[in-house]
Amino acid sequence: MRVAVQQEAFDFGAEAQRFASGHSEMGAIVTFTGIVRDVGDGLEAMEIEHYPGMTEKALTDLTQQAIARWSLGDALVIHRHGRLRPGEMIMMVATAAPHRADAFAAAEFLMDYLKSRAPFWKREITKSGADWVAAKDADEAALKRW
Amino acid sequence: MDVLYFAWVRERIGLPRESVETSAATVADLVAELKAREERYAMAFSDISALRVALDQELSDFDAPLAGVREVAFFPPMTGG
Repeated sequence: MRVAVQQEAFDFGAEAQRFASGHSEMGAIVTFTGIVRDVGDGLEAMEIEHYPGMTEKALTDLTQQAIARWSLGDALVIHRHGRLRPGEMIMMVATAAPHRADAFAAAEFLMDYLKSRAPFWKREITKSGADWVAAKDADEAALKRW
Repeated sequence: MDVLYFAWVRERIGLPRESVETSAATVADLVAELKAREERYAMAFSDISALRVALDQELSDFDAPLAGVREVAFFPPMTGG
């Protein structure tokens, strides 16, 4: 498994290719990528703050849980911080399992948990100012299904 | 102990971390001490249901004891992903 918390951009294609290689016993690779989305109110940038140290620990712990629960062959989490422009990739997860149901479930579990249990905070910068993104009740509720 | 603040908690208090001498038994006791210091702390901690706390980089809660804890962090609900 690999967990990376970084400011710089990552190469999604190269990461996915590298992850998918060398797992001949794994029949299913699922990848997910989150992109900075301009919801139409003139987003100039997204600033992501995090808690160095705790972030790496929380992501490692979640990834280990996913690997154990779905018997994954491997898992990858990359999450960026700092200032990102609309269209830039924020993060990716990849999971490898013998069958696709486990690979999809593990990727969704990782996404649900890292949304509200990994110490990142997003701030949207628009022409009219900057606002912290509020956590959604739906994100908390999404954890209940696991 | 070291007390860390993130996101709008950091902005309201006006600093990212500080060293605090305290004999507070629990997180809630520490919050009460901080609130009594200055208005900016009182504002940041006015509604603790809007806050989360981590003790030595593990999520915890406001009733948790502080004995042996070296690092306390206060922040709003997380918005990763």
